[in-house]
Amino acid sequence: MEGIPPRRALILVLVLVVSSLFSVLASSSSSSPSQDVRILSVERRIDLTSFIVRAFLAFKVENTGASDVSEILIAFSPNEAQHLAIVKASTTAGKRKKKAYLPLDVNPIESPKGPNGAQLFSIALPTPLKSGDTAALEVLYVLTHSQEPFPAEISQSESQYVYYRDSALLLSPYHIKEQRTFIKTPSSKVESYTNVSPNNRVGTELRYGPYHDRSPYSHSPILVHFENNNPFAVVEELTREVEISHWGNVQITEHYKLSHAGAHHKGVFSRVEYQARPSISGVSSFKSLLARLPPRVHSVYYRDEIGNISSSRLRSDSLKSELEIEPRYPLFGGWKTTFVIGYGLPLQDFLFESSDGQHYLNFTFGCPLLETVVDRLTIKVSTLQF
Amino acid sequence: MGAIKADPSSKAPISSSPYSFFPFLKALRLKTKQQELLLRASALCLIYVLAFAIRLFSVLRYESMIHEFDPYFNYRTTLFLTRNGALEFWNWFDSESWYPLGRIIGGTLFPGLMVTAAAIYKTLHFLRFAVHIREVCVLTAPFFASNTAIVAYFFGKEVWDSGAGLVAAALIAVCPGYISRSVAGSYDNEGVAIFALLLTFYLFVKAVNTGSLAWALASAFGYFYMVSAWGGYVFIINLLPLYALVLLVTGRYSMRLYVAYNCMYVIGMLLAMQIRFVGFQHVQSGEHMAAMGVFFLMQVFYFLDWVKYLLNDPKQFHAFLRITLTCAISVGALALGVGTASGYISPWTGRFYSLLDPTYAKDHIPIIASVSEHQPTAWSSFMFDFHILLFLFPAGLYFCFKRLSDATIFLVMYGLTSMYFAGVMVRLILVATPAVCLISAIAISATIKNLTSLVRTKSKALQSSVSKGAASLKASAKASFDQALPFQKNGAIALLFGAFYLLSRYAIHCTWVTSEAYSSPSIVLAARGAHGGRVIFDDYREAYFWLRQNTPQDAKIMSWWDYGYQITAMGNRTVIVDNNTWNNTHIATVGRAMSSYEDEAYEIMQSLDVDYVLVVFGGVTGYSSDDINKFLWMVRIGGGVFPVIKEPDYLVNGEYRVDKGAAPKMLNCLMYKLSYHRFGELTTEYGKPPGYDRARGVEIGNKDVKLEYLEEAFTTSNWIVRIYKVKPPKNRW
Repeated sequence: MEGIPPRRALILVLVLVVSSLFSVLASSSSSSPSQDVRILSVERRIDLTSFIVRAFLAFKVENTGASDVSEILIAFSPNEAQHLAIVKASTTAGKRKKKAYLPLDVNPIESPKGPNGAQLFSIALPTPLKSGDTAALEVLYVLTHSQEPFPAEISQSESQYVYYRDSALLLSPYHIKEQRTFIKTPSSKVESYTNVSPNNRVGTELRYGPYHDRSPYSHSPILVHFENNNPFAVVEELTREVEISHWGNVQITEHYKLSHAGAHHKGVFSRVEYQARPSISGVSSFKSLLARLPPRVHSVYYRDEIGNISSSRLRSDSLKSELEIEPRYPLFGGWKTTFVIGYGLPLQDFLFESSDGQHYLNFTFGCPLLETVVDRLTIKVSTLQF
Repeated sequence: MGAIKADPSSKAPISSSPYSFFPFLKALRLKTKQQELLLRASALCLIYVLAFAIRLFSVLRYESMIHEFDPYFNYRTTLFLTRNGALEFWNWFDSESWYPLGRIIGGTLFPGLMVTAAAIYKTLHFLRFAVHIREVCVLTAPFFASNTAIVAYFFGKEVWDSGAGLVAAALIAVCPGYISRSVAGSYDNEGVAIFALLLTFYLFVKAVNTGSLAWALASAFGYFYMVSAWGGYVFIINLLPLYALVLLVTGRYSMRLYVAYNCMYVIGMLLAMQIRFVGFQHVQSGEHMAAMGVFFLMQVFYFLDWVKYLLNDPKQFHAFLRITLTCAISVGALALGVGTASGYISPWTGRFYSLLDPTYAKDHIPIIASVSEHQPTAWSSFMFDFHILLFLFPAGLYFCFKRLSDATIFLVMYGLTSMYFAGVMVRLILVATPAVCLISAIAISATIKNLTSLVRTKSKALQSSVSKGAASLKASAKASFDQALPFQKNGAIALLFGAFYLLSRYAIHCTWVTSEAYSSPSIVLAARGAHGGRVIFDDYREAYFWLRQNTPQDAKIMSWWDYGYQITAMGNRTVIVDNNTWNNTHIATVGRAMSSYEDEAYEIMQSLDVDYVLVVFGGVTGYSSDDINKFLWMVRIGGGVFPVIKEPDYLVNGEYRVDKGAAPKMLNCLMYKLSYHRFGELTTEYGKPPGYDRARGVEIGNKDVKLEYLEEAFTTSNWIVRIYKVKPPKNRW
């Protein structure tokens, strides 16, 4: 190492494609919720078909005050705020055929909090809303760890049922004129749900509303108890190591600590049942996971502390590579496993040189596994001293 | 090279013209001797690479992984050594095995292998090669195999000539008897020990040949390395005195032998005492007494020689001789008798006895007899492991006797004794392999040399007195040519072709054996599927990793001792017994639990704090080395300590069976229940009734196995490993 004369110090500026989870950490200037805004109509669709809760809000706001409004606030209950992974907002621009979605900045407001500790987020509008004008906004937010398995322990032959808690009324600092909520469950097996009239259930969908003229911060708790046998795959800890080699290679090593966060497996694990009756035995367990890797990936390996794990398949095309991995054993509720995935990528796909001679690495930040939640992520980037 | 010895008339212009154009070529022109050296060195380099490369089949076929059972312990200890340092390693008390006794690892293992691997690892890291310790461990055995080949070359050169050495190196590089224990991943003591063994022997022979203290000292260090690496050092410490004794008896006693033996013995012994596991055995154990006896005998001999020189009177000397010998022998016998009687000198161990008397273990120590590699060797495995060397070995002995010297006597003794041991125990084929290779190499080298000299003298005779040098050899060859039979040259050529054919068959056989038989890690099993594709059974690691991840950190696993090392190394859980087998009673307790009814077994398991029971079962896949097939040994070992377990209870008319006709105790013992729990519901083969055991080819006798005190916790995808959880005691009211 000492023998290499220090040539030119290359500064690698890492431009990490940061998911919105991390962008929300930047705080913004606080402002008090204005009562000059009211929501004309809101439609909320909550998708519970996986164990990650995806909710989609579409609402229309109206500026009833005299002055212009440059930001709109949305509120989350403290519990939701704790499990909130992503908040994204957009507005539509143009009409009909030329309709385009314009992403908007969403920033949390540290203080003041809403009543009962509600967490407020402000959405910055592209152009201030003039008095009497209306605007249509769409918000997507994702919640993790929001479905609680009940019963907390199940045997191999049982299905997994979970609780989902929410409010029939949208928590909002504004007056809401009309609102509806649709909750989609993975199957029509819904054990129970709270009635907040008017509501009904059609197939796999629960409908709440319409409710009219609710005051700010109205809340009406609901509890849905339903079957959810989707894999509750949680990566408790993920360490990603990105090594940049000047031989034109980026080597990625990812250390996973995976667990099944669903209802804990209780009692006997019977292989004969699991093999013979896969449709009713161990339905909440999962056997394989899919990782989406960048294209042109090479030297992929999948192993753990005691050696190579032979059950994996790699499919590559020019746009993406899909690595299907099977842990050594099927994961039942509460079972854990650890493994390492490593792969190499051509450096020229990710490294860019700007005109001033600096190098930029544009590399994805998150976990390549689909339909999983990462609780703790560490990313280490080792660059080379040139 | 042939061109140089071409027609003398054309020699001059050919040699002059290129050199005048390219003067630097003149510097490159080698003399015959240099050419020979170059050839030899490059052949040795190729052998070195070959010995390493042929052992990599397992890595290519499977992966870079540790094989079998004992290597997992070695790997675990090496890992500990590199992580925690030598001092921690020295004082390591392992509470993860032999629960609740534990094991003092630092004092009960041969550290040579681990220290070697750790040293290689440290060196590589010092050189900035960031390799994982596992790769070092996997490749240690092939690396040492290459080194062994080089030592074999020097040994062969010392005993016979460099040609024999070269052949010996080539033979040992690919000999299956050695490869079986030194493929990549076979990280066992034998891997480095064979190198150490051969090195010690070579250095000792060198010391005897030269009478040099330096070589004797070197051989003492070689011996020290051997002692630190493997228990097989006992072979050295008994072969060397035997050899010295033979030389004494045959009147070949010399000062060279005196220097070599005494220096080697004294320093080697002192060095060996530094190994904690060996300790004072060199002066206290019956197995090492022969070396000490010969040591004293040699002093007496030397003393007598001196007295003989002083007295210079045969009559007086004979009287003195009688008195001294009587005194010396009686003092020696008395010391041995007193030592043995007082318990200072420990008697021979069971393993040693079973070497001298192959039937001993079967009658007295079932735990030694139960290990498959301790079985007497079948002829087929000799053929498998040695191939043509088996026939060349006697021929080589003939050549050795024909040119008797101190070195060849040593080789003959090494060959004969190790051949005997190889016949007693399968695993000792390994020890015999270097000797067989060396002796066969002498046969091959001598034969080919004779044949080629026949072929070449004829051509030389035709050209008449062209080449210079080697006059005496040529003269003798000429003499033999003069009285030769007709067609001698053609016969020699035919024989040469025959020899090359045999040798190439040997090479093909070795490659085939290595690739087919000796490169399986035995952790991962491979089979041919119905469509000819390769099917991998990775059930062992599946189960061990499940244990590692999904059981409490302090869980105690009960299994038959074979899997102990693997469970601690891969599963990272505490085991009751493991492959160290130092405590027969503890193993017998596990054997008793496995062969008892469930309720009795439950009491034993409760007393041992067992949380999980692991059994290996091959009924679904047809994997035959499973626990049901090993079960009779559990009964025997259990019954050896606890007479309540009686072997006949598990047999029907002396026959071991698991089907309907099996003994009732067999059908209800814990092992049977754990192996066949819910197996009766499974159809394993098309056209066979459910519960058809493919490993034994029968329909099982007890299809309705109900467990009361245990529950199935995990079964691997091919059912090879089944893990049961011991239920907590029922509430009393």
